[in-house]
Amino acid sequence: MRPENYQSVSQPPSNEFELFYGPNHPGIEGNYALKVRVHGDEVTSARADGGYLHRGFEKLMEGRLWIQNIALVPRICVPDPVPMEVCYSLAVEELGGIEVPLRAQWIRVMQLELSRIAAHLFFFGGHAATTGMYTPMFWGITDRDLILDLFEELSGGRVYHIYNIPGGVRRDLPPGYLERVSKTLDYLESRLPDYDNLLFTNKVFVHRATGIGAMTQEQALEWGVTGPNLRATGLAFDVRRDDPYLVYDQLDFDIPVEAAGDAWARSLVRRSELKESLRILRQVVAKLPHIGGAIRAPIPNPLAWNLPAGDVYTRVESSKGELAYYVVSNGGDKPYRVHVRGPSAMHAVQVLEHLATGARIEDVAQIMFSLDACPPEVDR
Amino acid sequence: MSDIDYKDRGSLLNPLKSWAFFGRPPVTEPLEPRAASANYRGFHVNDWEKCVGCSTCQKVCDNAAITMVRIPGLPVDPVKGVRDERPAIDYGRCCWCGLCVDICPTGSLALSREYVHTCTEEQISSYFVLPDSSGMHGKPFGLGWSKTADADLVDLGRQEMRELEPEQRIGNFAEIVAGYDDQQALLEASRCVQCGMCHDACPTHMHAPEYIRAIWQGQIEEAVRLIYETNPFAHVCGRVCTRRCEDACSIGKRGEPIAIRWLKRYAMDAVPHERIKQIAAAGKATTASGRRVAIVGAGPAGLTAAFDLAKKGHAVTVFEALAQPGGMTRWGIPEYRLPYDRIDRDIDVIRSVGVDIRCNVKIGQDITLEELRNTHDAVLIALGLQQGRQTRIPHSEHEKVFRAVDLLNKITAGEPFELPHCAVVIGGGNVAMDIARSLARMQKQQYGQVDVVVTALEDQQHFMADPDEIKEALEEGIVIRDNCGPQGCEISASGKLIGLKTWKVLSIFDEHNRFAPRYDQAGETIHACDTVIEAIGQFADTSLLGDALTESLEWNRGRLKIDAAGRTSESWLWAAGDMVSGPDVVTAVADGHRVAASIHEAMSVMEKTK
Repeated sequence: MRPENYQSVSQPPSNEFELFYGPNHPGIEGNYALKVRVHGDEVTSARADGGYLHRGFEKLMEGRLWIQNIALVPRICVPDPVPMEVCYSLAVEELGGIEVPLRAQWIRVMQLELSRIAAHLFFFGGHAATTGMYTPMFWGITDRDLILDLFEELSGGRVYHIYNIPGGVRRDLPPGYLERVSKTLDYLESRLPDYDNLLFTNKVFVHRATGIGAMTQEQALEWGVTGPNLRATGLAFDVRRDDPYLVYDQLDFDIPVEAAGDAWARSLVRRSELKESLRILRQVVAKLPHIGGAIRAPIPNPLAWNLPAGDVYTRVESSKGELAYYVVSNGGDKPYRVHVRGPSAMHAVQVLEHLATGARIEDVAQIMFSLDACPPEVDR
Repeated sequence: MSDIDYKDRGSLLNPLKSWAFFGRPPVTEPLEPRAASANYRGFHVNDWEKCVGCSTCQKVCDNAAITMVRIPGLPVDPVKGVRDERPAIDYGRCCWCGLCVDICPTGSLALSREYVHTCTEEQISSYFVLPDSSGMHGKPFGLGWSKTADADLVDLGRQEMRELEPEQRIGNFAEIVAGYDDQQALLEASRCVQCGMCHDACPTHMHAPEYIRAIWQGQIEEAVRLIYETNPFAHVCGRVCTRRCEDACSIGKRGEPIAIRWLKRYAMDAVPHERIKQIAAAGKATTASGRRVAIVGAGPAGLTAAFDLAKKGHAVTVFEALAQPGGMTRWGIPEYRLPYDRIDRDIDVIRSVGVDIRCNVKIGQDITLEELRNTHDAVLIALGLQQGRQTRIPHSEHEKVFRAVDLLNKITAGEPFELPHCAVVIGGGNVAMDIARSLARMQKQQYGQVDVVVTALEDQQHFMADPDEIKEALEEGIVIRDNCGPQGCEISASGKLIGLKTWKVLSIFDEHNRFAPRYDQAGETIHACDTVIEAIGQFADTSLLGDALTESLEWNRGRLKIDAAGRTSESWLWAAGDMVSGPDVVTAVADGHRVAASIHEAMSVMEKTK
């Protein structure tokens, strides 16, 4: 006898599978999973599955003094930590009405662009690896290490610099630092043709990436896409130019755009941005020796520092897109609430789900990496 | 558009150009750890000689990786602000942000360029490290991230105090120091790192970190409440305290200490007097104990004890020989340092908790001590040091040779005396400065010019007086002649005092550190004057005890012998204040608390035995 509430289980067709991309997968810079349902080689639906890197930063920040959070924020995005530090500092400075000395602003721009280059080099390697090419990854990681050397010299830390502080930066440049930056820039510039030959003008890569994970500008805007991913759909929007912070309005640089909106376009935009970042850094290196003065505005004793009640929204252009902090103060010595508007949260969830659906199974990894989403920043 | 030329759809040949790299050596990281950069944030090093154990690093650590560990055998000195605690780092928690280094008040903490540490599972506790200057593994790696002036997170400069200019203040007794305004007090309070060194150094252990924090939080009444927990002479100590707290302050190790005294003054001035009275009376016993305590002497020690005992519900009567209560704070300290209305306020608060103060009552003459003993359960004597010491140099018995305390008494009382045209003060302490500066003001008022000379045995760097006092005295036109040992007063043929003879001092103490000044007679100077004032110390006049009691009490080198709680060898009699310890206001206040606790305890025992 069958029970009255018996319902027969409908079995999926035998050619449909649910596959787990991740959480440990080279298709993304961290632990993050994509559950895909495949029908043969075709993805019929995709479901983002995050949370593996959730550390509760936004909540943790509510329990720490304004200044203690500077040690916390770079951990939100490991490959590109500087925008986190700068954006948080900008928020605190705006709340406290602190004027950052000019020298510190230029030093911040220098770090931001160095960090962007490091992140893009990481991206080249990763994107190439998802198409089966591993040499760009070795090259990208090796060259990125030169930038980490520069960060080590500047801040004492290779990955987590914790070098920006509300009010400015924590140390002045070491002697002869800018010459070494300049040398690294020369070297990186000399490497661009190698990267182009190996990857960006490589017929295999071009064909492999063209048309993969394409989105239109309308879709991009609807899904909250920002940064290089948005510019790869033909919209030249960049916070550095359209809502300038620090001294970006005094710098000369272009906003590279591509029209296609596919993985190839996204890769190309980053490749061109790397060149623009080198251009910005050349200007910073030339300008910084002529900008004297303090590296930090005087700030009160960090142990007794109340910020006026209010809320601010500050945004910067990170290598992944528009990064913003919404910080609320209730007049106390700790944030009342911090919200991190990470660009990756959009790219790795709704965008990835949309783009992966209908794609072929062998392209999913490339789609994931071409969006350059950063899982620690998605989860926070 | 992109700057690269990918020739429509790229080329199959381009990637083959990378074959050229086969001839190049690969990028290889050596197995040996590479040298870290000069700014590297590696393992901690801590200079134990410089570290005072203030625990500020622990407070700023955002991972709670730092624990203060007591190290038995290390020097402890609450007066200098040194504790026997040193920070230990839990490297399972540390994130090497270096905030501890940037905020370290002494500058003892730094990060080294050492970054490798491995261990077996059994040695896992080796991640909990007590850093000293030798480094994590005793190997020299050199300093990495260390303190720099432009990155210091400690605010070393104090808020400037507004004061009257010398020309504004010399002709009057107006208070010199203006006090902090709200903004200044807030900024000054915000400098505090809450290490608590001040609390340990203060004789009466005032809750300075807590009331400074309360001021910073804008809770001024809470600050006053905290102040009154330990000190009923709050207005007085907010102005003239010797501030041991500031000597111990850990910010003062490299910069200017927090202006704790001025913050206390700010809190007291900011709260209305009636509200202060309510705050001070909080916690007063609601029922009377039925015990009666007599206190002789209405100075800081006696009145503090009276305040405590009255709040415990005992009936307290204070007997004061002079016309007004306050002791040396009123009769010794000039008005430009401590306005009388502030003393009146402190005393009004003490009176408001039920203390009965009777002035113009001389014990020994109007009432005997024996009578007090018979009518009270306990008697406390807090007589202070009212009698000026004399130099006993030749002709010092001349009628124009005065003791500083006597003259200061007269000035307070408004009693007329013949103001010297030209005075010489003997002594280099605060009392010498008080009388010199008071006379200078009166001279300016009456004669239009200042002519006061201060002579002292010490050189000016080693004067007992507060450096601020010396600086201000010089600004007011007082002449200081240091290294002068008084040898005698010069008398003219007509018997008039015409000067003070001094010899140059070679040394003050002998090899056993005993007082034995040596002089160079060749350095003889005659300081012309019409009045000489001795300000070389005071002593207590204990004649009111009477012969029999003086005989039966135990003494120690001329001072009344008391136990740790302030009780004399007679079980009904306690002693406190300058006459047994001191000499400053805050020590007397501490003494008052101690003796009050002892009296209260003794009376509780009495109750039980009944």
